[in-house]
Amino acid sequence: MASLTSIVLDPEGYDLPAAQRRVLRWTVYIGYAALIAGVFHGLANALSYAGISILGWFPGLRTYYQGLTAHGVANVLIFTFSFSNAFLPLMTARALARPLHSGLLWSSLAALVAGNILVIYAVVGNRASVLYTSYAPLQAHWTYYLGLALVVVSTWLALANMLIALRGWRREHPGQRIPLLGYISVTSYLMWLLASIPIAVEFLVFLLPWTLGLRAEVDPLLTRTLFWFTGHAIVYAWLLPAYVSWYALIPRQVGGVLISDSYTRIVWILFLLLSIPTGFHHQYADPGISNVMKAIHGVLTFGVFFPSLATAFSVMAALEIGGRRAGGRGLLGWIRKLPWGDPSVVAQLLAMITFVLGGATGLINASFTMNQVVHNTTWVPGHFHMTVGSAVALTFMGVAYWLIPYLTGRSLFSRRLALASAWTYTIGLLIFARGMISGGLEGMPRRTFMAEATYSSEAWRLPGILTGVGGSIMFAGVMLFFLVIGLTIVAGRQQGAPRDVPVSRTLTAPAQTGWEPALDRLGVWGAAAIALILIAYGPWLIGYDVVPVSPGFRLY
Amino acid sequence: MKIHVYEKAFLTVGIFVLAACALALVYATVVHGLHLPGEAGRIDPAEVATTPPFDRPGVYQRGEGQYEVVVVGRAWSFHPADIRVPAGAEITFTATSADVIHGFHIEGTRLNLMLIPGQISRNTYRFSEPGEHLLLCHEYCGLGHHVMYGRVLVEEPGTDIPLVQTASASDGGAAHLATH
Repeated sequence: MASLTSIVLDPEGYDLPAAQRRVLRWTVYIGYAALIAGVFHGLANALSYAGISILGWFPGLRTYYQGLTAHGVANVLIFTFSFSNAFLPLMTARALARPLHSGLLWSSLAALVAGNILVIYAVVGNRASVLYTSYAPLQAHWTYYLGLALVVVSTWLALANMLIALRGWRREHPGQRIPLLGYISVTSYLMWLLASIPIAVEFLVFLLPWTLGLRAEVDPLLTRTLFWFTGHAIVYAWLLPAYVSWYALIPRQVGGVLISDSYTRIVWILFLLLSIPTGFHHQYADPGISNVMKAIHGVLTFGVFFPSLATAFSVMAALEIGGRRAGGRGLLGWIRKLPWGDPSVVAQLLAMITFVLGGATGLINASFTMNQVVHNTTWVPGHFHMTVGSAVALTFMGVAYWLIPYLTGRSLFSRRLALASAWTYTIGLLIFARGMISGGLEGMPRRTFMAEATYSSEAWRLPGILTGVGGSIMFAGVMLFFLVIGLTIVAGRQQGAPRDVPVSRTLTAPAQTGWEPALDRLGVWGAAAIALILIAYGPWLIGYDVVPVSPGFRLY
Repeated sequence: MKIHVYEKAFLTVGIFVLAACALALVYATVVHGLHLPGEAGRIDPAEVATTPPFDRPGVYQRGEGQYEVVVVGRAWSFHPADIRVPAGAEITFTATSADVIHGFHIEGTRLNLMLIPGQISRNTYRFSEPGEHLLLCHEYCGLGHHVMYGRVLVEEPGTDIPLVQTASASDGGAAHLATH
């Protein structure tokens, strides 16, 4: 093969100072701890659809919805952002071969911990059973909003850390292309920075003062719109770190290469531009928003599907190159030659496969005709357990199989258990999603304590059972993961752990002339993203007459 | 290099597939008249019980083969909870919430609305066949969310539907249940 280009400044390796590694390690521990904490409630929620209530087994848990709040907050907010707060700065430092800013690293961890303490206080005490979407006028305790706001602040501090590293690197390497791994890591959180502003406004300007009595009333459609202004892009904030692994690390792990530098950068630019101006597709069923605005967001949602299609090609090509180099022949023979014994790879391959289904169901959600049939039915959690619940979660689990050894210096406790975890989780997920998706098509409502609902439908019986069975198997998969990671940390052999991040190389180098260097002008692309956001949200925000009508309700 | 040919082909096909899906949406909207709920007016949720038409929720005949169903959602019930409409008629559902956000989904149909305090929700539907459907609150609205539902009974076309009115729904189910 022709000459390959590294996606990092120094392909030989770079070691982050031990003290900084320790902070990153504790940050990811918080994430994996949140994953574990959240799935207990996930199990209870899934079993409820099969008509079984196990709430009595949870000491201190008062209601189903308290558990559902814990499940959502722990698994999609704390788990994902804790992981990314560690993973993306680590990738940036590795790419640019320079240390991070220790003060910012510590403050990001401190904000995350403080936020967690406040949120745990609120949720455990049944002071915030409003579900992670926090729709006003259901009102939570102020500690809940402040705690989540601090979690968002921790992500901003992580981004600041990466930007400082990037600025330092640029000063020392004027005129050079940003190493690809650094570029995609920084751009992922740059997108999230723009996306997170509406939810910060929602929480800090409206909900927090409202809970503290400084505002008597809020406008529920406005706060809900601010939530979804952030709320679609947030799924890309969860997904892009997984894509970083798929593009930049997985090719190396399977013995392949990343096919194109520019192609990869364009994909991230498209996500930066298109992730945010799509939020109204979560509000197709809402009053107070015109069909024209909904249609514009619908079209843009189709647009943001495109970089994921591009990803499917790039990642598959990298896998095929790896499989063929390992001796795979014929149209599909390369698949068998992939490293199916490597749990880090297997978890992520399974993540990719389930994501095909997640993406397809997402396109159906974006289609407003079908959306009217499935909106707020179990179809929707069926869909997003195949995106954030597997593409993201399984990838973060797969990454853990090299990341935890890398950060602790202890080798993975058991390859076989780790493999069993990934397969178990995936099989459970497919059964679970089959249940939720088919139930949703029959109108089975999401976010509902079905085990004690006063209504039911014969058509929901089988879907409910599949949901319960699949959810239980998924739970077993995460418990195996917990076992492997826990034992790795306390009992892993203190040798044989990976010494470096598995960074790939690209087939086509970043061009030094022509239009490609313009891809590195992140400030300009950020400005373009803001312009597009203003076009997509401006007309509604300007035309909407904000009427605060709702005092807080604590109906839980 | 061959890979770039494949790359271009894949992305081109991808664009065409997405465009075809988008065109199908245009077709459904223009030819079949499938519309989303949109802007249908504002209301003060504290005044729902005294603001027409929500002061008298119920089923109203608005013309030949045209009905309007006025529904108020509050924690944790729909008013009215039992709705009778004829098959084949054009039925406009007009609904709002008197407290928190509720859902309004008639199972087995595309009638799917969010009831948001301060907003009036509206969409039109034609039931093609007689039958019974659940009316579900599918947005979490507090402790009693899973007891909040109603029924829609679709009668044979031409059935005489009596005017069904419920008194203004001012007593909250929530207040009752919350004491438990």
